[in-house]
Amino acid sequence: MKKEETDLFVPRLVTTEENFAPGHRACIGCGEALAVRHVCKALGRNVIIVNATGCIEVFSSVLPQTSWCVPWIHTIFENVGAVVSGIESAYKARVRKGKIPDKNVKFVGFAGDGGTSDIGLQALSGAMERGHNFLYCCFDNEAYMNTGIQRSSSTPYGAWTTTAPYGKKSIGQATWKKNMPEIAVAHKIPYVATACPSYPFDLMDKVKRGLEIEGPAYVHIFSPCPTGWRSPPELTIEIGRLAVETGVFPLYEVINGEYRLNYDFTDLKPVREYMKPQRRFRHLTEDIIDKIQARVEKEYLKLREKAGVK
Amino acid sequence: MKKEKVVGLEGSFAVSEAVRMANADVIAAYPITPQTHIVERLSEMVAEGELDAEFICVESEHSAMSACVGASAGGARVFTCTAGQGLELMHEVLYIPSSMRLPVVAVVANRALSAPLSVWCDHSDMMAVRDIGWIQMLAENNQQAFDLTLCAFRIAEDNEVLFPTMVHIDGFHLSHVIEDMRLPDAEEVAGFIPDYKHPFALDPDKPVSMGCYGPPFIYPETKRAQEVAFENVMPKILETWKVFGDRFGRYYAPVEKYRMEDAKIALLTMGSYSETAMLAIDELRAKGEDVGLIRLRLWRPFPFKEFREAVKGVEVLVVLDRCVSFGMGGPVCSEVKSALYDQQKKPHVVGFIGGLGGRDIPIEGFEYMIQSALEKVKAIERGEEVETEMIGIRE
Repeated sequence: MKKEETDLFVPRLVTTEENFAPGHRACIGCGEALAVRHVCKALGRNVIIVNATGCIEVFSSVLPQTSWCVPWIHTIFENVGAVVSGIESAYKARVRKGKIPDKNVKFVGFAGDGGTSDIGLQALSGAMERGHNFLYCCFDNEAYMNTGIQRSSSTPYGAWTTTAPYGKKSIGQATWKKNMPEIAVAHKIPYVATACPSYPFDLMDKVKRGLEIEGPAYVHIFSPCPTGWRSPPELTIEIGRLAVETGVFPLYEVINGEYRLNYDFTDLKPVREYMKPQRRFRHLTEDIIDKIQARVEKEYLKLREKAGVK
Repeated sequence: MKKEKVVGLEGSFAVSEAVRMANADVIAAYPITPQTHIVERLSEMVAEGELDAEFICVESEHSAMSACVGASAGGARVFTCTAGQGLELMHEVLYIPSSMRLPVVAVVANRALSAPLSVWCDHSDMMAVRDIGWIQMLAENNQQAFDLTLCAFRIAEDNEVLFPTMVHIDGFHLSHVIEDMRLPDAEEVAGFIPDYKHPFALDPDKPVSMGCYGPPFIYPETKRAQEVAFENVMPKILETWKVFGDRFGRYYAPVEKYRMEDAKIALLTMGSYSETAMLAIDELRAKGEDVGLIRLRLWRPFPFKEFREAVKGVEVLVVLDRCVSFGMGGPVCSEVKSALYDQQKKPHVVGFIGGLGGRDIPIEGFEYMIQSALEKVKAIERGEEVETEMIGIRE
């Protein structure tokens, strides 16, 4: 197992400058807000951010206030891929035509799991296929949290949500989580990664790598949501770690098609440990949990194979 | 002597020439009949280096307008074009540039809406987007398609306007028909279209937040601000058309009149059928009838003042709609009536619906509407209720 880079000196390498200002209205213990803060530190200020409708936009931009220290635009829910394509193209054209100097500005899209894997998938797919030079960050809190915890295609199997409630004839979410990073990989883009704010330096490294790489880059960020997951807010970081350590959400990169597993575990912790502090899973019977355990192990093995880990 | 040449061009190519001469920076569009010739021609121009622009071949019209919004927020001169279903797919996004003051220019080759599927022209698509806060104007021929597209850039991008602008050309009637037209010299056009600089484009040197969240305590104020700004648009449109006329010799007005001198009966049309209507008016005038034609060039903002002025002295106003507002009649007729409601002296207004899904209206069709309207007015005067008639229907 690779030791995480938390020795004393590494944090000092991170800027103390906040590009995502405090004072926003995220819930207590919001993993997404923390992830946005880390991402923005890694991005620096020479960027333009396009944000989908969702928690981030709502808690950060209530008129007449804003948390954004960098140019930022929100339009609607499902079009981040297209808006970022437009901004990047405008910059290219204006630089080429000598209307503005080239200052190596970077373009970044932010969206939640619904805005990415459901309603925004087409626009994102189009932007990746066309090869625009941009970084896309999906902040995955595994349901439509902004509208009140409705299921998305990114909601994990068995989880309770308000539109996938458990009941006499329901176990909760009856489908397996859509594998969005693999969909990004299928577009043959140069950079795809998964990350989690529980591993802040890994997260920031990946954002920087995605930003610098020429062409589309996709970073899928696991963002624990105490409000929607019915988990204690003080356990956000721990739940993120457990997701990684149980294999539920492995951290990996795919650079030009080459898989690299960033944190490998020969012995995964049982998924029960990850699920236990989250009340969205508390209705699950042992046999369902076993089924999830088996699936997680199988998927993890497949990933290890792709990464060439013996 | 003005430098210009007379050429034969179809409407789509005329529009493309205007976009080339305006030197657009970004074009984002998706192919849809009958607009396809515009995207094809613009693609050729970009491929041949005749137009230095980024052409984004998006995967839908929804993304086309979204990319335009992004590009416009990024400070570029932006163009898109679409039709019918495509405009409907854009619908959600269309509200963004008008409320965020992004001067996107769009040409719509008007097309009927499904179902049943129809690629042919009517005005259902443009009527469905009349409340979105865009400037909307209509061309009647290819010359106008060129002229109005050119003017649209200057109007939209004026820093006192900054509203997106839509130029409507009737699908097939204009988009696919070759007509002779005058193409001005590119240098003359460059002098007419100033360099564009959006006052608060997205720029890391001057960060702004665009498209913030507006709770009830502030949302109405944003809409009021938008409304006030939109009220200031009309003088700029008039000014631009005046400057255009002085430079190129063709003058446009929000409401245009044809043989309206002493007309007691007036026909009101929009778009390409206006030219057929003119022929009908000529024939009726030759028979000694006091008829004239009023054409709405500008649909949004609605030219209340100019319209009321145009119908002064008219006793019967016959309105042709190329769209059905189910349960309400024709949308143009409804709006015309509401524009006249407060007037002390106003004409009887009789509405017809015709030309749906590309159905032709021959000269006799216009003559029929006028004769039929006179009968309907008699019925109205007898206190009878008169419904909007759909013309040319096989029962």
